[in-house]
Amino acid sequence: MDNVDKNILEILEQDARTKPDEIAKLTGISGEEIQEKIKRFEQAGIIRKYKTIVDWDVAGEDYVYAIIELKVTLQRRQGYQVIAERLYKFDEVRSVRLISGDHDISLTVRGKSMKQVAFFVAEKIATLENIQSTSTHFVLKTYKEDGVILSETEQVKRLPITP
Amino acid sequence: MLNNCDPSRFLASKLENVPPSGIRRFFDLVSDIDDVVSLGVGEPDFHTPWHIREACIHAIEEGETSYTSNFGLKELREEISNLYLLRHSTHYNPENEVLITTGVSEALDIAIRTIVNPGDEIIIVEPSYVAYTPSVIFSGGTPVPVKTHVENNFKLVPEDLRSAISDKTKAIILNYPNNPTGAAMGKKELELIADIVEENDLLVISDEIYECLTYNKKHTCFATLEGMKERTILLNGFSKAYSMTGFRVAYALAPPELINAMMLIHQYTMLCAPTIAQIGAIEALKYGNSSMDKMVREYDRRRRLIVNGFNDIGLSCFEPEGAFYAFPSVRSTGLTSEHFAEKLLNEQKVATVPGDVFGESGEGFLRCSYAASTENIKIALERIEQFISDLE
Repeated sequence: MDNVDKNILEILEQDARTKPDEIAKLTGISGEEIQEKIKRFEQAGIIRKYKTIVDWDVAGEDYVYAIIELKVTLQRRQGYQVIAERLYKFDEVRSVRLISGDHDISLTVRGKSMKQVAFFVAEKIATLENIQSTSTHFVLKTYKEDGVILSETEQVKRLPITP
Repeated sequence: MLNNCDPSRFLASKLENVPPSGIRRFFDLVSDIDDVVSLGVGEPDFHTPWHIREACIHAIEEGETSYTSNFGLKELREEISNLYLLRHSTHYNPENEVLITTGVSEALDIAIRTIVNPGDEIIIVEPSYVAYTPSVIFSGGTPVPVKTHVENNFKLVPEDLRSAISDKTKAIILNYPNNPTGAAMGKKELELIADIVEENDLLVISDEIYECLTYNKKHTCFATLEGMKERTILLNGFSKAYSMTGFRVAYALAPPELINAMMLIHQYTMLCAPTIAQIGAIEALKYGNSSMDKMVREYDRRRRLIVNGFNDIGLSCFEPEGAFYAFPSVRSTGLTSEHFAEKLLNEQKVATVPGDVFGESGEGFLRCSYAASTENIKIALERIEQFISDLE
């Protein structure tokens, strides 16, 4: 990956709405070239998706997040991939990760209430064949999400003119 | 009978030769106005990376709050020595060729005081950082300006340097990448300067604080040029590369004879650089490079935005290759730098610094810092465009 590619990705990572013409101004190559490059990033899966980070607490929406850790039993001709596929197809499941340590897989699950999440885990996840045990942690507050701090950000306190 | 009411009779006469900083005056003007978008700031707009701040907090918790060696923490001197070995293949002995100072400001002051006898001439390349001329005057030397010009992208031209040298010339202060112009000089160009330095047996104080902020160009460390290490006092620090301006920590690298002499002044006037800041500096050198690389890429993007922006609205701007300043010309408007900057501030609330603050050859230009968010740079450019169309 060259410097220009890295620049384009950094700009879009900061603000996915930045238009190709503007990226062109910031990187010194033409808008058409930027468009082509972005298309290639999308096709290659380097850019997966454009999304908005919403602070649902501020929006006043009631929801519950939980982190669920799973222990799984692997079966013949069935690796983690097969289990992950079964898990990530649920809409309630927001992320699926294979992890090291005491557990094998970590999920984040989102629901409207603790009851709903608890039922979902009990009925849909814990009952899957390969799942040995589950351990559910409800999230009380999110301070940082995907690199974005969700509380007040610090201001740089600079003097307006300095040498 | 003496007028006993006027305390100014106690002032030393050498201060009369130092005019108050033009930046100070602008600062006062800006302070009275709300909603100013400032391109006037000579420091990064990034926070000090958290891991550096965290290392300092931890150091305070651990009680690392006493003086350090006058030279500075040994570990820091060793890290700096390693850095120059890796980056510039040159060796400075951490025992006696590295001195940790309270910002480059202190390093500059003691470097000048170390070498200047009354009447010695020190050549200053203009437009220049505001502290060089006063520092020379404070130490009883005579500052001799050499002008640089936009036609040469504000690089020092060998013939201009040559014609400024007299038999009283002791040293020359170089600052590339440059504040306020953003100019940088390449190896070949600096070699021509080095030849003249050698011919005339001069010393060079090379302020390379913006070393890490160079774009499309590799920085040449002046001391690495042939024959120059023995006649260079190299100044560098952490403020710009790691966004650590308020920590006040920097260093001087020079042959032992010069470092020892600088140390003589340093030990009695400063004792040592702030301990916590030195610990932050070690952290920066050990683990700060990835955050620095990211900052440099961000500056580079803003640099394109602002330079193209100025050229698009008719203020011709040469392409700066270092630091975080653009230096557009306002000559096409017929206004002086100061008039333009003041009017722009009052009418459109954009703060810049008039170029003449940095010496006569800065007249006709504005120093515009792009250490500001992309958003603010865009707003500033729009306002300046409006300002110019109102002029017509």
